[in-house]
Amino acid sequence: MDEVAILGVGMHPWGKWGRNFTEYGVHAAREALADAAVDWRDVGFVSGAITVRCGYPGYVSGSTFARALGFTGAQVASSYAACASGVTALSVARGQILSGACDVALVVGADTTPKGFLAPAEGDRPDDTDWLRFHMVGATNPVYFALHARRRMALHGATPEDFAMVKAKNSRHGVHNPNARYPKEYGIQDVANSPVVSDPLRLLEICATSDGGAALVVSSMDYARSMGVMDPVRVAGLSTVTPTYPDTVIDLPYLATDSAAGADAPELGFKESIGARAYEEAGLGPADVDVAEVYDLSSALELDWYEHLGLCEVGGAESLLRSGATSIGGRIPVNPSGGLGAFGEAVPAQAIAQVCELTWQLRGQAGGRQVEGARVGVTANQGLFGHGSSVLVRRCGDGGSHGTA
Amino acid sequence: MTGTTRQRVPAVEGFFTLDDEPHLIGGRLAGSGGYCFPLHLGGSDPRNPAAGVEEVELSRTGRIWSFTNSAYPPPPPFIITEPYVPVVVAAVELELEQMVVLGQVAPGWAVDDLEVGMEVELVTGVLYEDDEREYLTWQWRPLGERPVPDGGDSDG
Repeated sequence: MDEVAILGVGMHPWGKWGRNFTEYGVHAAREALADAAVDWRDVGFVSGAITVRCGYPGYVSGSTFARALGFTGAQVASSYAACASGVTALSVARGQILSGACDVALVVGADTTPKGFLAPAEGDRPDDTDWLRFHMVGATNPVYFALHARRRMALHGATPEDFAMVKAKNSRHGVHNPNARYPKEYGIQDVANSPVVSDPLRLLEICATSDGGAALVVSSMDYARSMGVMDPVRVAGLSTVTPTYPDTVIDLPYLATDSAAGADAPELGFKESIGARAYEEAGLGPADVDVAEVYDLSSALELDWYEHLGLCEVGGAESLLRSGATSIGGRIPVNPSGGLGAFGEAVPAQAIAQVCELTWQLRGQAGGRQVEGARVGVTANQGLFGHGSSVLVRRCGDGGSHGTA
Repeated sequence: MTGTTRQRVPAVEGFFTLDDEPHLIGGRLAGSGGYCFPLHLGGSDPRNPAAGVEEVELSRTGRIWSFTNSAYPPPPPFIITEPYVPVVVAAVELELEQMVVLGQVAPGWAVDDLEVGMEVELVTGVLYEDDEREYLTWQWRPLGERPVPDGGDSDG
């Protein structure tokens, strides 16, 4: 797959600010445009990630952001894929660039979230599995996170201390991130002292919902060169895969898995297939990866991602964690940004924020959380109802900051 | 007191039978023989996407794949009965159907009483009630002795 350049990145800090989501998106977009040294009027395509919590302006977020930045006649699209919305929006922008429809595109996602559990849309809808799982079972999102945590304990001998260690590690990373909502170090004992939400997971191990915004300016490689950027961070692989039938691992928001009684389960489960597609497009593999940003909706889910991305063998995640390999300074740092544990989730912005972080890491601009010498990074994420999301970014290295000639 | 005449009705129709030994009502894909639950909300087999789905009763026993609880009351559309008792949830593997089905665990069982691999059976239990009716859902209830957990070799 041909590559596109990431010319600029920007974020609005995560928090519980309670302001219009458009503000966060515009802030992030302006930062990304300034970082890219691209004039807004030169952007040919605006790709918005949708929020479903902010009314109509959220459903048409691409044009909402474009209008707030000043309508220029650019082409626009808005994408929704739950937690994977940001990478879906990046995927649409990449397609526009690689087809030649535009040279440079802006990808933006932002959200303003209410307090507490994410709940389904209102109304009586017994034909919607997202409604049914709340109504008939009381299965909140943390219930699903905890089912997977308990399964790790039974299959691989994970302990609550392992899960707490993930939170502690990510909090140490997040202290160095000015965009993190919780730039505070938590220890294993802090986690143990927080109340159980869904056994065995505790409050400090469950991702909060946050306000925030993130943006990328992406372009063709030719456009990057014309801007004097010879070695940009580039998107080398991008995955928005759906599962392959039968998907035999229970997941949000379903009441049951598919059945393997009539068809053999696929070689790769859904989560393994997400990163596999990004690796395949890039012609790279797990051994090439220097740094990863994964979706730690719960502390325990980060361990699952180690295996799903091939960073260790199945059942090896606890050892990898305990060895320190996934801490900054280790062999394969995971969530140097602090992850969702330090941010809380701003749904349409989060997958974009993962790419922002890896871009800073690959440019050597990550300050106190820098992964030294990082040249290849991978993100992983998943949106409910079957949206995979993974981005493989790489840089050749050698050059100075941002590789500007 | 609950009146003796209070009617017991499913909170949503069509998910389980109401006999003494209830079954979940699922589907069987005519083409491949795979199963789904709920009946009309399963995915298709891409090798035969136009095949019909036949209504079947699913196995009423299985083994716990994993379990947890909800220490805090779930948000609507869950209907809370005060005082809130934490909902316990199990994901249960059905051997014949080779699938995992979620459900509440029957009242009286807490997470400390459960193990992965434990055998459970399907029952119905009260989800919420009003003056005239008890609204039911399906629940998993552990059977017999606690097995020695083998950890299982299937990841589903």
